[in-house]
Amino acid sequence: MAARMGRMLTSRTLWRGVASILIFLVLWEIGSRSKQWMAPEMFAPLKALLGALGFKKDYLPWIGTVPAPSGVLAAWLEVVGSAGYWQSWYMSFFRVMGGFVAAMLVGIPFGLMLAVSRTANGIFFPTFEVLRPIPPLAWVPASIIFWPTQELSITFVTFLGAFYTIVINVLGGARSIDVRYFQAAQSMGSSGWDIFRRIILPGTLPSIVVGSAVGMGITWEVVVAAEMISGGGSQQAGTGGGLGFFIWNSYVGGSYEQIVVGMISIGIAGYFSSELLRWLGKYVTPWLRVR
Amino acid sequence: MTQVSPAAARPTVQPGEIVVTGVTKSYGAAGRSKDVVRDCTFTIERGKLTVMIGPSGCGKSTLIRLLAGFERPTSGTVQLDGQPVTGPDRDRLVVFQETALFPWMTTYDNILYGPRARGEVTRETLDFAEFLLNKVGLQEFRNKYPLQLSGGMQRRAELARAMINNPRVMVLDEPFRGLDAMTKELMWEYYSRLVEESGRTNFFVTTDIDEAVFLADRLLVMSNIPTQVRAVVEVDLPRPRRLTDMVESDRANEIKREALSILHAEAMRSFARGSKAAADFVEAYLKRANRA
Repeated sequence: MAARMGRMLTSRTLWRGVASILIFLVLWEIGSRSKQWMAPEMFAPLKALLGALGFKKDYLPWIGTVPAPSGVLAAWLEVVGSAGYWQSWYMSFFRVMGGFVAAMLVGIPFGLMLAVSRTANGIFFPTFEVLRPIPPLAWVPASIIFWPTQELSITFVTFLGAFYTIVINVLGGARSIDVRYFQAAQSMGSSGWDIFRRIILPGTLPSIVVGSAVGMGITWEVVVAAEMISGGGSQQAGTGGGLGFFIWNSYVGGSYEQIVVGMISIGIAGYFSSELLRWLGKYVTPWLRVR
Repeated sequence: MTQVSPAAARPTVQPGEIVVTGVTKSYGAAGRSKDVVRDCTFTIERGKLTVMIGPSGCGKSTLIRLLAGFERPTSGTVQLDGQPVTGPDRDRLVVFQETALFPWMTTYDNILYGPRARGEVTRETLDFAEFLLNKVGLQEFRNKYPLQLSGGMQRRAELARAMINNPRVMVLDEPFRGLDAMTKELMWEYYSRLVEESGRTNFFVTTDIDEAVFLADRLLVMSNIPTQVRAVVEVDLPRPRRLTDMVESDRANEIKREALSILHAEAMRSFARGSKAAADFVEAYLKRANRA
């Protein structure tokens, strides 16, 4: 373990990653401050050039309007102690996990059923394929009407975000299992439940892992948008309603630094969710990490 | 079920005999169907190693699916010891081209797949599994996944996975295809020793004439599509066989020439009918003839 940590600290990949993030932050800071720095007279020709190109003249295009990382850090330090900020984290995480776990619990058996049963496939697949192209966000209004609480409606929309991806991946994965595995298993006297448990299930696991990882990404996209549209459960006064609502609230309140704080928080939350899934994925498919 | 004496790790081998009579297999819709195998008749003799050789794409794999029971013949019968073959069963086990080891199971779990599926895991079976692991030299690789094994090890693991079920006939579909030349030759010696020791009926399909002559007791030379047996060559070379002996043996070369001339004639006939597989075969044959 210690040796592994040591190798990690000396690995070029790690330092490249650190350098990449640092350079990004520095360029961002420079871009944001360009408005102040470009005030002196010597920048007049450059400003004129930018103006001729159609940009506002007193700062670098686009990036000049974005709050600087130093400002964002200051804003983050301000909110990091407040319960509302962590409440937003908690609520978004809760909804993502709720929707995602529900999507796994329903999607994996459903996908497997579509794969193994021709009858089930005939009955359910056409409807599934008609509903699948509907973007989860298009479900927001209907979902608010259908479900008794706002919490449930947001969770339902995040569920949809992951559900279709998981089902399609499970179905595709189960279908692409080499026919020789079935033939070999049958020859050796295996059938029915035994084939399902020892061939189909492990054969589909890699696709389940991939489908879940993609589904998790979509879940984060969906939860934030759903929170923004639905007002994030604003009836719970004073606590805010998820990171999406945190961003929206900051926008309405005119705190641009806080918008970026919210965005980065989502980035970090998404990263940790994916890491967790990757780790779980490796754990359940040990035969793939050998070589 | 046969009784297994508790002391012996190895269950008694009961070699079977497969009789194929007038088998035709066609694919495609009625009226436009195409015969892949037509009126094919041969016997896989009890306790012998029968090798089937024919140009690639000549319908050998179709025949194997019929023997294994994955498919039914359009007409004709396949019988094992007088009983018609109606579906896949552990008494006719297939070792596939490339490898069909389950990638998500370790060597040991792969080998025990059959007994576990049938709920026959007893002390004797576990002893037999150990015996087989030793036999195929994979004792140290029992907890490795197939991806961690070399090509040769994978084939050996697969032989063990088939043998633990003590089938009456083992069917091998170009099992050593894709191995490098050295490994392949090692596998021939290795496999023929296994067959000699077990006395089991083996049916081995290949496109490689050297492999065929080295391994076979009887050689079935096949025609192009639709598949039929063109000739049966008895390979009366002494056992145990070694590669070095085979290279120097006049009798082995004679048999090889005999089989090749039949294959050649067959290819020429198909070539005249414009078969692409035959063109490939003629090219390969001419290369080999020049080398000899």
